[in-house]
Amino acid sequence: MIRWLLLALGGAVLGGIVHLATIIILPRTATQDAYSRLQRVAPVDAVTALPAPTPQSTPMPFMDPAFASAVCRYDLSQGPLKLSVPVSLAYTSVSFYTRYDVAYYAINDRAAGRRVIELELMTTDQHNQMPEDEDITAADRLIVESPTLTGLIAIRALAPEPGLMPMARSAIAAAKCTQAEEPK
Amino acid sequence: MAAVVGLGATYLALTRGAAFGPLTIGSWTAWPKTGTVDADPYAQSSIARVGRLPTALGDGVAFTASADDNGRPLDGRCDVVLAGVTPAARFWTLTLYNPDGELVANSTNRFGFTSQEIVRHADGSFEIVVTPRANPGNWLPTGGIERYILVLRLYDTAVGVSTKAGREVPMPGVTVRSCP
Repeated sequence: MIRWLLLALGGAVLGGIVHLATIIILPRTATQDAYSRLQRVAPVDAVTALPAPTPQSTPMPFMDPAFASAVCRYDLSQGPLKLSVPVSLAYTSVSFYTRYDVAYYAINDRAAGRRVIELELMTTDQHNQMPEDEDITAADRLIVESPTLTGLIAIRALAPEPGLMPMARSAIAAAKCTQAEEPK
Repeated sequence: MAAVVGLGATYLALTRGAAFGPLTIGSWTAWPKTGTVDADPYAQSSIARVGRLPTALGDGVAFTASADDNGRPLDGRCDVVLAGVTPAARFWTLTLYNPDGELVANSTNRFGFTSQEIVRHADGSFEIVVTPRANPGNWLPTGGIERYILVLRLYDTAVGVSTKAGREVPMPGVTVRSCP
């Protein structure tokens, strides 16, 4: 009797370990996560407009159909990235995700407070290497630090009614995400 | 046995969408923390499994409902009424998905509403009827599918990690009006 109880207990404890291990490993091995899906359609360091979700096909599950969206898949190993997104009439947001689809930063048009959301994306190391005077002369520069070398930037503009979708799309189409020039 | 218990628990956790720190208001649940760097391992692996990008907290908060106020799963063949108001936000959108997160085909090509499209009562409250049959007013068609999920996304809102359910965060009620 005692032996069976011990066996069951041991099984449950080991089961708990297996459970935690699979939960932690899963995001690293998933092949259908958002980043892997977009890897097939989105080139690195360029803005790619995503097709609107339809009942027949959707670039990713649970996309908001009221938004025009685009992604920029980035790789910071060659240096920082510059991003500029013109603001559309209704609501525009830029969200940053790590390689494993964790959202680490987001900004919207009102927080940016300008006609164009402009920012620079770099790793913590690249930020630390920036000459200090450059940091001061450009106090209004918005710098975002990425926790990972690669990741995703989602650029989205709301069309409050379907008729405004072309406008939201054209705002997104003018967004740019490019390798910043090498510091001299 | 260990493998069965462990993998079973993982499967259950991921299909039920378990994560820490849910914010539940009526039939609606949101995981504001999932849209931040503090997303827990459960949230991270369920996101990876589904393949979606979570709504970043600086962008907005997504509330999901898959059952009515009495806990009955939402059935696309019934008439379901969403009535009330939403928490303060610059914009909100309501979208109907099948359980896989895809839009549902229907004759009017309406997949949801935005806060600007909705017809409201004089006091600012609104009523949306979710049903397969054509309906006057704010009609959200279900296409007659068996199970669906409603997602209400608040954009540019004060609702976040520290929000507690209460009077400041009113969510529309979800009630079944009739079921054939």
